[in-house]
Amino acid sequence: MSALERLTSDHAKAATGYFALLARWNIWEVLFWLALAGMYFVPNVDLVLMSQIFIWGLFAMSLDILLGYRGIPSLGHAAFFGVGAYVAGYCGKFGWTEPISALVLAMAIAAIVGWLTGKLVQRVTGVGLLMVTLGLNLILYDLVHRSTDLTGGDDGLQGVTIAPVFGLFRFDIFGRTAFWYALIMAFLLFAVARAVVKSPFGLALLGARENPRRMIMLGAPVEGDVSRAFALGAALAGAAGALLTQTTQFVSPNTLSFQRSADVLVILIIGGTGRLYGGFVGALVFLILRDWLAAISPVYWYFWIGLLLVIVVSFFRKGLLPSVEALINRWKPSKAEEPSQRVPPA
Amino acid sequence: MNDMVLETRAILETRDLHMAFGGLVIFDCMNFALRRGERHAIIGPNGAGKTTFVSLVTGLLKPKSGNVFLDGRIITNDTPQQRVKAGMVRTFQINSLFKALNPLESVVLALLERDNKARLSLRSVSAETELIDEAMALLTQFDLARDAYGLTEALPYGKQRLLEIVLAVALRPKLLLLDEPAAGLSTQQGHEVFSQLAHLSKDTAILFIEHDMNLVFRYADVVSVFAAGALVMQDTPENVRKSPRVREVYLGN
Repeated sequence: MSALERLTSDHAKAATGYFALLARWNIWEVLFWLALAGMYFVPNVDLVLMSQIFIWGLFAMSLDILLGYRGIPSLGHAAFFGVGAYVAGYCGKFGWTEPISALVLAMAIAAIVGWLTGKLVQRVTGVGLLMVTLGLNLILYDLVHRSTDLTGGDDGLQGVTIAPVFGLFRFDIFGRTAFWYALIMAFLLFAVARAVVKSPFGLALLGARENPRRMIMLGAPVEGDVSRAFALGAALAGAAGALLTQTTQFVSPNTLSFQRSADVLVILIIGGTGRLYGGFVGALVFLILRDWLAAISPVYWYFWIGLLLVIVVSFFRKGLLPSVEALINRWKPSKAEEPSQRVPPA
Repeated sequence: MNDMVLETRAILETRDLHMAFGGLVIFDCMNFALRRGERHAIIGPNGAGKTTFVSLVTGLLKPKSGNVFLDGRIITNDTPQQRVKAGMVRTFQINSLFKALNPLESVVLALLERDNKARLSLRSVSAETELIDEAMALLTQFDLARDAYGLTEALPYGKQRLLEIVLAVALRPKLLLLDEPAAGLSTQQGHEVFSQLAHLSKDTAILFIEHDMNLVFRYADVVSVFAAGALVMQDTPENVRKSPRVREVYLGN
């Protein structure tokens, strides 16, 4: 082997190693999930609040696929959450009580709705996207809200029954089963989303986020990828909706409200886009703060949420998680020779 | 015998191309052919219709009438994506790169798209070892290996131009269109870019617009001279250089 060939092969090995490093689970990720699981054992912890955090975290992560990785802002993401929630609700109402298969069905139907939405918006950009997604959300909300015979209208869907998980773990009033069910499902779906964003498709999403015109000149199916990203994001949002129905055994039009679409965007922005964990960190901060503030001043808590949003966006720019990462990286001794484990900035 | 026919068949051809903006006719009847493996330069004064011609060929503009053929197939109504898949790739006058991706990721992405491997899956990019090796070989060939992990936007301008060309070459085009590849580069850098291009396999024909006559006469096999929307001359660099007709076009009467 000549010196040049050896050099080239070393380069190639280093390059494969770089991509492997990007895909490898690091210690912080393991600790993060262990810490969430560990919350179960904290005395006096509010288990119901914790399962809400997992569900909101999963929901915000599903928006991150679109906003953080593909650069598509959506003001109507609750539409997919609501579709998943109602599918799971109807399953429970009409005798399909097994929760995991109902969750899968909810995801599949939400994915179809997402894919069609993607088809519709794939040529729209910028503010237009906000308007179209918002419009679709409002249409769906009004349909559900008005069809009282089918959906129970404002009162929500009554008589939703969910069987015990694996026939063993009944959904109890303390939220023990809900905690583990929501955590494990959120984790599994997180792992899937993580694999997708580290796959070639994830790289194509980032490319299209950075420069869609250049992607077209690489011959990339940019428009089809928008539909696929919407299908994936919608499936994950639908899973979050189904989890909410199954853990509370209730669905109302609230699941598709504009308020929910706005909240999930706030959660993702607070946590930070483009790293999947931002949604979960944002959900932790948002829900714990909301719970705490609502106890202090039940009417005016949105004031503080608004203030938090202004502070985060003004001073942390990219959200809490990226700011913490930057701080840790500054303290770390620099390893100039190694390819840095760089997450593309949002 | 068959090979001979293939060798001489035009890779790019335009027949009776007519283009006008409103009442302003740009070309009336443009017939142009470029053979397989050729290094072909288009020159001409400003306003001669060079960029319009390239835009028609790449599909950014649609002709009023006439047809564009790539490798014997009509592509006049194909989308830019279809043209890329058919083997026609262009670079841009202004750098058009992926800011948040490093050069390695950018080239791997181009290769994944070339091989239609960027579809939904759960396998990490690192599983595509052959493509990653190919990407690294390309970066090494264009002297970008040391910049593979750096920020794309932090690269000096000349290296960004090279990366732009690597992204195009990575697609293994039958025809590579370069719109002023040496624009904004020093003479030295311009020669570096063109000497890299000269080493590309003859499977790739190259059509380029260039203002620097030194580069044109040194690296082109065939030169086409455009003036006022017409193809005035198409010949070897020596003959074009000697032609009184070309002098007239450039210097006026």
